[in-house]
Amino acid sequence: MEQPKEKLKLGVYWAASCGGCDISMLEIGEKILIVDELADIVLWPCIADFKYKDVKAYPDKYIDVTFFNGAIRNSEAEEIAHLLREKSKILIAYGSCSYEGGIPALANFYSKEEVFDRAYHESQSTVNPDRIEPKTKHTENGYELYLPEFWETVRKLSDIVDVDYFIPGCPPAENTTWAAIEAIVSGELPPTGSVIGAGNKSVCDECPRERKETKIKRFKRPHEYVAPDPEQCLLEQGIICMGPATRSGCEARCINAGMPCRGCYGPCADVYDQGAKMISAIGSVLESEDEEEIQRVIDEIVDPAGLFYRFSMSHSYLVRRRLVGAKKETK
Amino acid sequence: MADITAAEKSPANTAEGIVPFEPKIIGFLCWWCTYAASDMAGTSRLKYPPNVSIIRVMCSSRVDPSFVMRAFAEGADGVLIGGCHPGQCHYISGNYKTVARISLLKKMLSQFGVEDERLRLEWISAGEIHKYAKVVTDMTEKVRKLGPLNWRKNFEPK
Ligand code: SF4
Ligand code: SF4
Ligand code: FES
Repeated sequence: MEQPKEKLKLGVYWAASCGGCDISMLEIGEKILIVDELADIVLWPCIADFKYKDVKAYPDKYIDVTFFNGAIRNSEAEEIAHLLREKSKILIAYGSCSYEGGIPALANFYSKEEVFDRAYHESQSTVNPDRIEPKTKHTENGYELYLPEFWETVRKLSDIVDVDYFIPGCPPAENTTWAAIEAIVSGELPPTGSVIGAGNKSVCDECPRERKETKIKRFKRPHEYVAPDPEQCLLEQGIICMGPATRSGCEARCINAGMPCRGCYGPCADVYDQGAKMISAIGSVLESEDEEEIQRVIDEIVDPAGLFYRFSMSHSYLVRRRLVGAKKETK
Repeated sequence: MADITAAEKSPANTAEGIVPFEPKIIGFLCWWCTYAASDMAGTSRLKYPPNVSIIRVMCSSRVDPSFVMRAFAEGADGVLIGGCHPGQCHYISGNYKTVARISLLKKMLSQFGVEDERLRLEWISAGEIHKYAKVVTDMTEKVRKLGPLNWRKNFEPK
């Protein structure tokens, strides 16, 4: 790779994420040395100590490229998203959470109140007889202490600020991360708003398994995956695989490891709502002309919303479970 | 699909007082059957509520689940899908795919808190104009009872 005249200034930030995206950036292995030659790191909280005030002191557009991972679920993440947009020439949503909500956005099936209940009262490992919950402001010995405010709904980065590029994956595969870095360094970037580093087809297009146009009569749950045929498409064997509704680019790594795709690369190009696409795909593989039988097969899918939107709640038309005018859930 | 503004659909204050809630229902109707029925119901001067905005499709299986979700997200209070009776789809098995998709979609929508009556799939042949009028009347009343959906208010403004 040709070296640019001046070293690039690189930022990496995490919001509501698990840390896996930060680690995945190191999965490029020894190529990280090439990155080190080409770029100086000016922000990366996971690996070195940086203070927000340092970033605030940078001139506008000081950072050439920021890889932002994690979803936006509180006021701190939102504030830093605005700050990094101001300070970065190119802002990239890196990984499923930042691109489409990811695992944290599954909390959108609950209200903030329910999330707090679960986390601070109900969970098996919690003992909290005084029912203490985090407050955004607290005074102790005359000192004021603040915590960020927790939002009701988890949003994706592009709901908050303009995002230049998206890199999918939970976490992005090594080849995806590297393809994106190459595109940035060479300056051969597609129009802003594009997904980079991944493909434009579906996981099925990269999958080595064979489609035999078998229609299915039932779905299996994970504990029932007993020795599936190693050659045939998993979906055709009644194992729900998100391949048809998921963007290519990971080289079908889960399927090659013997597991169905869970959809982490997000919707295919030109599709907005991954879950809706998956419902459509399932409708096409069912074999029945009997409405009751169809209903019985559908009933075998226990948690369709959690399955089809495992990574993409914030990138769906409905975004969250209903709050306004909804009947109170009884548990 | 055009945006349905909040002003159009939620009770608003006017000089005369509160305008009652009028459900906004999007109807995806198959060209070969239910659309023809709706057309004939109109020319036959049948009386039924004007709440369904019709989008004509070539087959009920053309209704991608994303159309339904987008309709709800953009302000619809209900969605009606009308297709040919089982065995009579002009594309042979299109409506069986519709059954599978809509059953699964209904199950998923319940997880989002959308009531079952807001999405309805009906088989209405071109001649069944009275059935069409009945379905529209019944659905409009059921959705009216449920009240406005106002989906975007769930997350906007944050
Ligand atoms: S559905 Fe899954 S197993 Fe089948 S071809 Fe697609 S990616 Fe492969
Ligand atoms: S196979 Fe699916 S879940 Fe697995 S890495 Fe690829 S896109 Fe993600
Ligand atoms: S042609 Fe009417 S439902 Fe298929």
